[in-house]
Amino acid sequence: MSADASNPTSNPARNPVYRKRLRSHRIGIALSVLAMSIGLAVLTWILWTLLSKGFGGLSAAIFTQDTPAPGSDGGGLRNAIVGSLMMVGLSALISTPIGILAGVYLAEYGERNKFAQVTRFVTDIMLSAPSIVIGLFVYALYVAQVKHFSGWAGTIALSLIAVPVVVRTTDNMLHLVPTNLLEAAFALGAPRWKVATMVRLRAVKAGVITGVLLALARIAGETAPLLFTALNNQFFSANMNAPLANLPVVIYGFAMSPYDNWRDLAWGGALIVTFSVLLLNILSRTVFTQKTPN
Amino acid sequence: MPLPMPSPIPTTSPRAKTIEITGLNFFYGKTQSLTNVNLDIHEKQVTAFIGPSGCGKSTLLRTLNRMYDLYPGQRAEGSIMYRGQNILAPGQDVNMLRAKVGMVFQKPTPFPMSVYDNIAFGVRLYENLSKGEMDERVEWALKKAALWGEVKDKLSKSGLSLSGGQQQRLCIARGVAVKPDVLLLDEPTSALDPISTAKVEELISELKQDYTITIVTHNMQQAARCSDYTAYMYLGELVEFGETDQIFMNPARKETQDYITGRFG
Repeated sequence: MSADASNPTSNPARNPVYRKRLRSHRIGIALSVLAMSIGLAVLTWILWTLLSKGFGGLSAAIFTQDTPAPGSDGGGLRNAIVGSLMMVGLSALISTPIGILAGVYLAEYGERNKFAQVTRFVTDIMLSAPSIVIGLFVYALYVAQVKHFSGWAGTIALSLIAVPVVVRTTDNMLHLVPTNLLEAAFALGAPRWKVATMVRLRAVKAGVITGVLLALARIAGETAPLLFTALNNQFFSANMNAPLANLPVVIYGFAMSPYDNWRDLAWGGALIVTFSVLLLNILSRTVFTQKTPN
Repeated sequence: MPLPMPSPIPTTSPRAKTIEITGLNFFYGKTQSLTNVNLDIHEKQVTAFIGPSGCGKSTLLRTLNRMYDLYPGQRAEGSIMYRGQNILAPGQDVNMLRAKVGMVFQKPTPFPMSVYDNIAFGVRLYENLSKGEMDERVEWALKKAALWGEVKDKLSKSGLSLSGGQQQRLCIARGVAVKPDVLLLDEPTSALDPISTAKVEELISELKQDYTITIVTHNMQQAARCSDYTAYMYLGELVEFGETDQIFMNPARKETQDYITGRFG
């Protein structure tokens, strides 16, 4: 074909089909940028408010003093920070092994086995269950039986939220392992459990760790399940069998109080929680990108 | 539908038979993909399976270590006698079988661990070696796979950090390290460049001294270069089987000749 002007491909700028495509491409890009800037603007606004108000409440005292009594000056969040760390830490210890083992089970046997299919279905429901329902569940089954709020009750509630996240990530990650690799391990005469743990799980170690960190990020900021379980404690306590102070519930209580110093502490606490979650997210991203081969 | 093929011409050979396949049928669910395959694999010889895509050559290879067992719905009928034992029998311990009949795949599949552990993984499954003995075994296997010189300083590096050709030789070393009896190679060079391919082919002739080797290949020159026996398969049936020289120089069947000369395929 000759390259004259009548050839629609010789000059794309004059080609009506190409111009139409270009126009819809530009509209699409414009809409995406708009959507992104709305989301980003809101996020920046929230972070800015949090930073400007939170830094006012931040001081050394926030880490060294406990939550103040009504009407008294100053005070800090030491008891709440310690309580939160204890509950989130223990939840991590409980939910990581359970979640990873359940995820391995689902990935290994989940295709054909009815029980595994039901487990996967329930896990998906648990993932989207409102956290307050989890709180009420633990309240009814544990708190109402032993007749007092406790750190353990809070830990159980948080674990119940974290387990499905870990299960699902582990399951999804394991499915990314190419069958080639599994066959290669089986071809050496390796039994199934060895292939599952030594080769399959190992191949996606970084992804599974990321899942655990994201689960921790998720529970670090949960308030609703703790309201009915750990409740709060005005004093410093490391007793898991008694009500335990924690950042989300303190923020919830202090933010709506009439005392200025309480409201400042609430902002400071919100800043601490947000940055811990941010840190966990950054950490999980670095783990994932550094340890994932190829 | 192809016409039913008459049985291939039997080859007389002085070599001992390691594997005797008789009346083998294979099914993926309801689809039959191998029909009445009869074939002998000779000890310390290289047997190549050639044929167009989908002819069942990989399927045939995967029955020899019962790899198909991993997938429900896949089943084999007939008999595969390996050293006097029918490996298709229900009582067969597949893990023990796979320890004796090793396999190397089309794509390199190093495990996500160090070069050393890649080799040691299979050995540890069936042998209790001391640190020193294991070091020796790893070195021996890597030398067998002509990889020792290239990796002896990076044994603790991840197996994934090696180049594609090195990874494939690592997989061969891993297969050799457990001292198997038979090695199954499923298109081991199709993902490699010509230089790596040449190295692997050289390796195959080396390994023949100690192992019975079965190779699936798309590359007819490769079959001609490195095999002693060749089986030509088409649509799940074994069309012709015999010594490689005879198959390539003087095929008994026209279909084989057409495929080999490139008139079809």
